[in-house]
Parts: sequence; C-alpha cells; structure tokens
Amino acid sequence: MATYNLDVTKEHCPMTFVKTKIELNKLQKGDILNVKVTAGEPLENVPQSAAEQGFNVLSVKETAVSGIYNIEIEK
Amino acid sequence: MQKIIDYKHAVCDISNRIKYEKMAEENQTKKLSIIAFSGDFDKLTAVFTLATGAAAVGYEVNLFFTFWGLDAIKLKKGRSPVGKGFLSKTFGVMMGGLKSAPVSRLNFWGISPKIFRYLMRKKNVATLEELVEAAKQLGINLYACEMAMHILGLEKSDFIPEVKDVLGVTTFLKLSEGGQTLFI
Repeated sequence: MATYNLDVTKEHCPMTFVKTKIELNKLQKGDILNVKVTAGEPLENVPQSAAEQGFNVLSVKETAVSGIYNIEIEK
Repeated sequence: MQKIIDYKHAVCDISNRIKYEKMAEENQTKKLSIIAFSGDFDKLTAVFTLATGAAAVGYEVNLFFTFWGLDAIKLKKGRSPVGKGFLSKTFGVMMGGLKSAPVSRLNFWGISPKIFRYLMRKKNVATLEELVEAAKQLGINLYACEMAMHILGLEKSDFIPEVKDVLGVTTFLKLSEGGQTLFI
C-alpha cells in the first residue's frame, strides 16, 4: 500500500475530477490518494464522484492553507 | 468563511457517506453517447468536456464522429492531404485535423482558435488537446462513421489508433440504447 498526492487546486471543471479519476486508475487496490482541492465545486464533486464509483473516501479536511482541502481516497 | 467551515463538517458527516453509497447503487448503468458532427474548435471542446467529465464520474461514454467531426480524430493534426483521390486529398488539406479546427463564430481566418488556446492555457482551463488526451486515458469509446468516411475517402488508418471501430447508424443506436444521447 502506497500513498500518492495530487494537487488540482489550479484546475477547473472537468479536469479536477478527470485528473483524480486518471490518477485513481493508476493505483493498486488499498493505495491512498490525497487530493488537494479548492472550496466550491471541486470540494463537492471530487469526493462525491469517487464515492459513487466505489472508492473509499476516508476524510475531507481543510489544510493549513485556508480554502484548500485535502481529500483522502482509498482505492 | 463560516459557510466553508460548516461545509467541511457536512462532508465528513456519516449521513453524507450513506447518501453517496446509495447514489452509487442507483447509478450502476449510466451512459452518455455523443454524436460529434461538428469539426469546430469550440463545439469539439464541448464534446470532449462533457465526455471526459462524464467518464470521470463513472459514465460509459461513446463518441460517434461523423462528417466534420472526423477531423478531431485524424492522425495528422494539421492540414494534410489525407484520403483517397484528388477531391478527398483537397478536402483533407482544406479541413485539416484537430490543430486547424476553426471556431464556429468570429474565426478571423484561424486567428481566434490560437487566441482561445492562449487564453485557456493562461487561465488554467484544459485545452482541446489535453481533453482529447484525457479522453484516451479514461478509455472513452471513440467510433468513426462509416458513411462519412466513405464520402470523404478516409480509412480507419487515417485516424488515431484509439478509434475503436467504424460504425453505421444501427450499431450506434444499439450502443447508445438506455443512456443519454447528444448531437453536437
């Protein structure tokens, strides 16, 4: 099991969840992906679409930077 | 600011987890099929934005390229004499591939697509080429229209290798059955 990081704070729709999905596809089962997103649409869509597709959303926490969130997803 | 903090707790809430799981169960067979008729830069951007977005949230996506839309999946991205015969080759040069796609309004002899690409890069919005690349990585099904290929003198080898098959109307209807279909 490995942990990977992805920063999509500079991306816009649909690349926020497109990049997350492409990264998740590369992982092995049990691997963890930490996705950094901004508040608003990405914060709503990234965890929701991951959970919808059977990935395990472990946590959604605000980072030290205000308005930037970390979503922890397990494949 | 208060709203953002409240939202953070809402997302972590267990009730939301249950909601997501329920949605996953309900959405087992989501499918989007798009008939990509236009070869315009802006309309192709719409096609690939919808397609990649849908694929990323778990939809099965079928893209059916016909007529001008075939330009988007040509192996040669610029203006090149692809096709069989003089007329086809002339069409090939005039139409070009993905890189020479015009915008549907205010094209200004091909200057506008360049400006759009510059703006998209500057504003961190995925360019058409990035969207096509993402579509390939997401395993979106790309199909070419047999009839339009016949008219334009094109063969499957003139297209990018990710093009899964050459289809007619009946096969497309079967593929798109039970999902949403768009014509762009």
